[in-house]
Amino acid sequence: MKLGYYIKSFTLWEFVKAHAKTLAYFFKPKATINYPFEKNPLSPRFRGEHVLRRYPNGEERCIACKLCEAVCPAQAITIEAEPRDDGSRRTTRYDIDMTKCIFCGFCQEACPVDAVVEGPNFEYSTETREELIYDKAKLLANGDRWERAIAQNLAADAPYR
Amino acid sequence: MISWFSFLPYGLAYTVATVIDILVIALPLMLAVAMIIYADRKIWAAMALRRGPNVVGPFGLLQSFADGLKVFLQETIIPSAANRGLFLIAPIITFTVALAAWAVIPFGPKAVLANINVGLLYLLAISSMGVYGVILSGWASNSKYPFYSAIRAAAQMVSYEVAIGFVLISVVLWTGSFRLNDIVMAQRGHIFGIINAFGFNPLLFPMAVVFLISSMAETARAPFDLTEAESEIVAGYQTEYSSMSFALFWLGEYGNVLLMCALNATLFWGGWLPPLDLPFLYWVPGIVWIFAKILIFFFIFSWVKATVPRYRYDQLMRLGWKIFLPLSLIWVFLISGWLMLTRYGV
Repeated sequence: MKLGYYIKSFTLWEFVKAHAKTLAYFFKPKATINYPFEKNPLSPRFRGEHVLRRYPNGEERCIACKLCEAVCPAQAITIEAEPRDDGSRRTTRYDIDMTKCIFCGFCQEACPVDAVVEGPNFEYSTETREELIYDKAKLLANGDRWERAIAQNLAADAPYR
Repeated sequence: MISWFSFLPYGLAYTVATVIDILVIALPLMLAVAMIIYADRKIWAAMALRRGPNVVGPFGLLQSFADGLKVFLQETIIPSAANRGLFLIAPIITFTVALAAWAVIPFGPKAVLANINVGLLYLLAISSMGVYGVILSGWASNSKYPFYSAIRAAAQMVSYEVAIGFVLISVVLWTGSFRLNDIVMAQRGHIFGIINAFGFNPLLFPMAVVFLISSMAETARAPFDLTEAESEIVAGYQTEYSSMSFALFWLGEYGNVLLMCALNATLFWGGWLPPLDLPFLYWVPGIVWIFAKILIFFFIFSWVKATVPRYRYDQLMRLGWKIFLPLSLIWVFLISGWLMLTRYGV
């Protein structure tokens, strides 16, 4: 027993075994993907960057019910609303502080008209903090940009809701 | 090469020829260091099932140059409490010493910059100087982590240099010369008259292993990188450095690693000799063989780095003083006894 221990110790047996293992791993296919060029598939429920959507006729969906503002646990959403000239109730201000947001998805769950949705985009890093405080124009522009993908994702997820 | 400049007075011709010789070694060495840093990252990544740098240039080959350009463009920050002169001279010492040691490494029968008869002593002296860069940077930074790192580096390098000294003595005993080219030539057909390596000699093989492990400790490589243990002391003696002075540390460090690989190859595995003593293998120039051996040893260095977790400091000291020192000392006795019996007569 003792002799075996010394033989193991002086032949560096454990090290040899460990190195055989790492050499085997050296030739294995890589587990990581080539990120900026390859991307992993995303679930339709993926909660990324927020958008404000429009109806197909161009009318914005948001009716300023402020449910999202109320439910937001991080208090990242700020909404101010006024009746518009045609009498409909619309937001005059819809800000999301992306630095506060915890991407819980409660806002899109609370929304009765599917106006605020967390889209599939997660690559929106900025160089300054101020750029991450989104206003209504930015969110609507995001909505126009990601509408196709979001509509598909919502349709794909609809049977499970 | 001096004969090429025979139109100049001898002193001048000698100087010009030597400077060209130095550049012929130093410039490819710098390039090799850049590529070896890339190789290190790639090997390490592959063993961790990652891809490693693969964006800059084909397969990421130019990554080191991009990094070099980045640090070159950075601002050199000198802490206000630092000792300015020593702070700046420390990386220069590390880098210069790493380059200077290459003077005695033979790349072929005649291809050695300084074929001095005390080559091994020169190497020992130069590699001991290397610790000055680390100690000075640690002290001059006037910051606690670099200082811890400097203390660790000093103790570590002294400890392992003892074992390395005995290993070198055993090689010198067998060869009867301190000249590195003589050591290489003595390995010709050493085993059964066909294998060109001391390493396969059962008496010298344990010394080869001790030397390999000690050379990792001497260059503060992975399992023994206590001097830059990032989980304990940030980046060790490099913590306060930025820009080119940081890059010089890196170049010096990897230059030292390459030097130790070259030494492993030269002392135990035949240096610039081909692995087998067959005539047609000698058609390949010696520099190819030693380069291949250096690469193999560098792969081993990276492999160990990817495999073995960092030693604790007391384990490091125990390995150096309580295992390697007695083992190499006993082996020096064994080898000298064997040589007395077989070669010199009792």
